[in-house]
Amino acid sequence: MTDEGELNNLDRLRWQCRRGMLELDVLLEAFLEQHYSEMPPRMQRQFIQLLEFPDPIIHAWCVGGEKPDDEEFAELVASIRATSVA
Amino acid sequence: MALEKQRFDTLILGAGGAGLNAALQLANANLKVAVVSKVFPTRSHTVAAQGGVNAALANVLPDNWHWHMFDTVKGSDYLGDQDAIEYMCREAIPTVYELEHNGVPFSRLPNGKIYQRAFGGQSQNFGGDQAARTCAAADRTGHAILHTLYQQNIRAKTHFYDEYFAVELIKDEEGIVLGALVLNIATGEPLLIESKTTLLATGGCGQVFRTTSNAHINTGDGMAMALRAGLPLMDMEFFQFHPTGIAGKGMLITEGVRGEGGYLINKDGERFMEKYAPNAKDLASRDVVARSIVTEVREGRGCGPDGDHVMLKVDHLGEDVIAKRLPGIRESSKIFAGVDPVQDPIPVFPTAHYVMGGIPTDRFGRVMPEASDDGDPLPGLYAAGECACASVHGANRLGGNSLLDILVFGRLAGHNIIDYVKQNSAHRPLHDDSVAQAVGRLERWDVKGEGITVSELRKEFRKTMEDHAGVFRVEDMMADGVEKLKGIRDKLKDVRLTDHSATFNTNRTEALELENLIDVGLSIAVSALHRKESRGAHSRPDFPKREDGEWMKHTLYWKESDKLEYKGVRSQPLTVESFPPKERVY
Repeated sequence: MTDEGELNNLDRLRWQCRRGMLELDVLLEAFLEQHYSEMPPRMQRQFIQLLEFPDPIIHAWCVGGEKPDDEEFAELVASIRATSVA
Repeated sequence: MALEKQRFDTLILGAGGAGLNAALQLANANLKVAVVSKVFPTRSHTVAAQGGVNAALANVLPDNWHWHMFDTVKGSDYLGDQDAIEYMCREAIPTVYELEHNGVPFSRLPNGKIYQRAFGGQSQNFGGDQAARTCAAADRTGHAILHTLYQQNIRAKTHFYDEYFAVELIKDEEGIVLGALVLNIATGEPLLIESKTTLLATGGCGQVFRTTSNAHINTGDGMAMALRAGLPLMDMEFFQFHPTGIAGKGMLITEGVRGEGGYLINKDGERFMEKYAPNAKDLASRDVVARSIVTEVREGRGCGPDGDHVMLKVDHLGEDVIAKRLPGIRESSKIFAGVDPVQDPIPVFPTAHYVMGGIPTDRFGRVMPEASDDGDPLPGLYAAGECACASVHGANRLGGNSLLDILVFGRLAGHNIIDYVKQNSAHRPLHDDSVAQAVGRLERWDVKGEGITVSELRKEFRKTMEDHAGVFRVEDMMADGVEKLKGIRDKLKDVRLTDHSATFNTNRTEALELENLIDVGLSIAVSALHRKESRGAHSRPDFPKREDGEWMKHTLYWKESDKLEYKGVRSQPLTVESFPPKERVY
């Protein structure tokens, strides 16, 4: 479970967004800076859970267009994909 | 404040394929091993390697290590050391089998053997028919290898320092490395790790360029630590660029796009590759396409408000072809370039992909501190993977040989370290001056006040590298670049952090990385300026030919006075005859 402190620890999350793939670095960092703070705690928790997945899975969801089985994750992934990085 | 200390037989900096494969050999031999990684190990850049590992298993087509060796020597444009290349190609086979036994889920043939795919640059019979040499785990080979090696290391009780940043090597007056000062990113506390042997396995340095396909972590930390410890970097002018990265972002747009009929245009809509390569056009070799793109931009025909890229047009292929044959490109372009290639062209620019150079080692991963083949390795210090230069890639790396390099030399460095520790079982006394110097490097960032920000100087530096030491390399422009880079190095002292907090201070970590980037960047720019020939990935329009008489030699760069020396290529293999240099045609 993630507690209040973990949800608000943006410095830690910023480092967790450092990944092994450039695509994820750029996308996850932009999402964190642009949207994370305004999200409801439920989605913030999901984002923290997402960061625990292996890079190829996050890549397949957020860049490759594959849909996560879990509906709630799908909503988060859709928001990440819609993040402006261009 | 008392500095916390820990002692290990071996300290490994970096947890990609090289570091983890070395660690596994050592932990299995019951050595006390510490692995320091600035990110969680399975998030190392090895995870991005999709292609596979070359090994002459002959599972699909006839093959043997000698043919693999020929291809690698030729691919290296004859700058690779043939003893190291022979060793790598022979050791490829047991290395892949060991990975298989450790649980890497390689793709299989119906008969149960490891499937092997064909890649460019692979031949049977010394330049004959296409070979099939690359072992892959679907399109997630790097991930599968990292994941397996990490799990095996956990089982073997390797001690992991996750999210620790390696600040500086500690050495004694004789130059022997005694371990490293590392920083706990989570707490901001330093930790001194003393070790009998140290392996640098910190990966590449693509972040020196503004446009790169490398992850943000690839900042050349180990290379820069070696430089500051008075060691040279070898052949740093050899940097592989992929011609089509998303402009300003760096993500790769595969060659397959041009293979399917996509083509490049400038701001006037001109299909400019017709000028530079009338026959092959957009399918000319990587370096030709990359240089043509940069020429268009330099001559004022670039696209966009800053005229700093060209366009890759694919819309004429139609939505169905793009969906069927180029999956992923549409998604990537939409997300990172903000364009839908079905309707609009993709903005592209050459992207820095892989550095062939690095910390010079022999074929056992031992660091060679001198510009001489007869010199001794530095006792107890090893390097493996992209940060090292064995040298097996020479002036140009073949596809499928980078995962191979990290796995083979990580493994062999591990074996050599085991022998070294048997013979040198005691820790050497710590050297206080070196510790103080390392701590000083960290404390320098505690200075508060007005100054240049890390991101400002990083931006200036990376743009300067791209403009003056990137794809397009001519004398005046490069000389100008070296002076500019020295100026940027001088500005480092005026950089101040905007955040002085202790925990997860990304600003501080990025400042330490910036110092590393600048040190490594200078090694690339200075080495490139002085190599007055074109060979492999180093292309000089003002010296368009390969000059074997004068230049079949390795460049060695030292940080002190930006000094260069050279040493000969080791053209004599271990057991077979040398492959003499020939013109490289495919």
